[in-house]
Amino acid sequence: MDWFLQQLINGLALGSIYALVAIGYTMVYGILRFINFAHSDVLMLGAFAAYFLAPVIAKVLPPQSIGGALVVMALSAAICAGLGMLIEFLAYRPLRDRPKLTVLITAIGVSLFIEFTCQHDRVFGAKTKPFPTLLAQRDFMLGGLSVNSNDVVVVVVTALLLAGLWFIVQHTRTGTAMRAVSFNEKAAALMGINNDRIISFTFGLGSALAAIAGIFYAMRAPGIEPLMGMKPGLYAFVAAVVGGIGNLPGAALGGLLLGLLETFAGGIPGVSTYRDGIAFAMLILILLFKPAGLLGQAQVEKV
Amino acid sequence: MTTPGAKRWLLAAVIAAFAVSYFSVHFNRYYLGLVIDVGINIILAVSLNLINGHTGQFSLGHAGFMAVGGYTAAKLTLETSKLVSPAAAPALFVAALLAGGLMAALVGLAVGVPSLRLRGDYLAIVTLGFGEIIRVVFQNMESVGAASGLKGIPGFTNLFWAWSLAAVTVYVVTTLVNSTYGRGFLAVHDDEVAAGAMGINPTRYKVTAFVVGAFFAGVAGGLYAHHKSFLSPTGFDFMKSIDIVVMVILGGMGRTAGVILAAVLLTLLPEFLRGFADYRMIIYSLLIIGLMMARPQGLFTFGKVKGGKA
Repeated sequence: MDWFLQQLINGLALGSIYALVAIGYTMVYGILRFINFAHSDVLMLGAFAAYFLAPVIAKVLPPQSIGGALVVMALSAAICAGLGMLIEFLAYRPLRDRPKLTVLITAIGVSLFIEFTCQHDRVFGAKTKPFPTLLAQRDFMLGGLSVNSNDVVVVVVTALLLAGLWFIVQHTRTGTAMRAVSFNEKAAALMGINNDRIISFTFGLGSALAAIAGIFYAMRAPGIEPLMGMKPGLYAFVAAVVGGIGNLPGAALGGLLLGLLETFAGGIPGVSTYRDGIAFAMLILILLFKPAGLLGQAQVEKV
Repeated sequence: MTTPGAKRWLLAAVIAAFAVSYFSVHFNRYYLGLVIDVGINIILAVSLNLINGHTGQFSLGHAGFMAVGGYTAAKLTLETSKLVSPAAAPALFVAALLAGGLMAALVGLAVGVPSLRLRGDYLAIVTLGFGEIIRVVFQNMESVGAASGLKGIPGFTNLFWAWSLAAVTVYVVTTLVNSTYGRGFLAVHDDEVAAGAMGINPTRYKVTAFVVGAFFAGVAGGLYAHHKSFLSPTGFDFMKSIDIVVMVILGGMGRTAGVILAAVLLTLLPEFLRGFADYRMIIYSLLIIGLMMARPQGLFTFGKVKGGKA
């Protein structure tokens, strides 16, 4: 029972990270109907932004304090939001009216470009770098369970961010416009919505969340390197599809499910090496029996 | 419409491959290896083109089928090559390649039947998922060396086998697509619903394309295994599938001649860029992006775009 609860806490923290990334995939898919493969690299860039910012911020604010960590996260998120918008502007906007497949391949190209550029010795280099300690972490006991303070921070911050996102999407004019563009791009444009601006904003928002997820992921990982985004990116993407791509609560749910699945499968000896396979097997099963995902709505194809 | 003289072309290609390979002992080993790589990549690209190009089903798992074929063929020759005399080696090799291809086709059938009900992006995701599952399974199979790979595979692959099998692949795919039966592939590509209304069973055509494509990917995997003498699960990851997809797109979806040219170009390009080793992959990724912006119909597609969808 203790083992179960312990894995549950770990899984929730990991799942929160996947949820943050999955939101970015799902928002872009909801509006543009293509898989933004470069999203996982934005996550990596977020971790690297924090890596370079942390020593600078540590001079101004007390190191390993909550305030300092929040400033680093906010600045990294802002940088990545800018990068996400830049990627959209340079690579995806010129292809807006092209077939989806063209955009999909371009996204793969962008992802490879970021990865290989960052692996170059004059950029970040391929070696793993130790990630600076942003927050002093300690374990405390909670009814016989050891809980890591960072896990709590991850879950709480994620919950706050998701609540904020829900507020933006449901209760602001920009959010209403986002939903309108996602529902029907042409009709939204006729209603006076500036589609380019909304799409840009969506990319910015998704990339900011990915940056924060990247920092959280780096805090748990042994270090950071240019390919670190691949695994969480792939898992988060699976999470987005499992939850029903284009659906925000679905992405959060899918992320949590994937995180729990990974920690539970990883904790069972003999099964742990098949972990990646299990995640994909779950994806395939869900797609076969519920092609629109857990919370997605099935769409009828019109002839 | 049939392809006139296709059989003659096939025969000419096989004879040419045999004649050239007869003198291959005089060739530089490095270039010889490269030429064999080109032949294997032609098989991979042309077989994926049947699925992605002609039938319009976007698959991202071709490396998985290649892995199945490669491991099956390699395991077979590793187990039996000591039992038979060296004179029987070519027969054994052909049997191993066939077994690898059939195994891959079988896996293709198992993957295709459930997943081909999905369309577009979802199919891409599911095939990607299956490709990864296949890789994870090999990574955990102790009998084929698990993560450390399968070593010491006899080097049976030579120029003759690589290029004559490439010719066979091109022959089978073109004659299949140009046959009366094969028109169904193009119909499914152009409009699935309309094809269904015309009495064509789209699922059957999609699965057929998938199984035939997987078979040749398996054969290519077998050739690859006996060419490199070493197989590792990481060599069949998502990136390998992307490489093959890029060949098909660069050549123009559904254009066999273009796809062959693209396979040649993309195999040789990294070697030409060897001098800029550090920038090689950056240039490769920029090439993909630039190509999608400037010529999404493929480098070698001129005039009217067939189907208009790809």
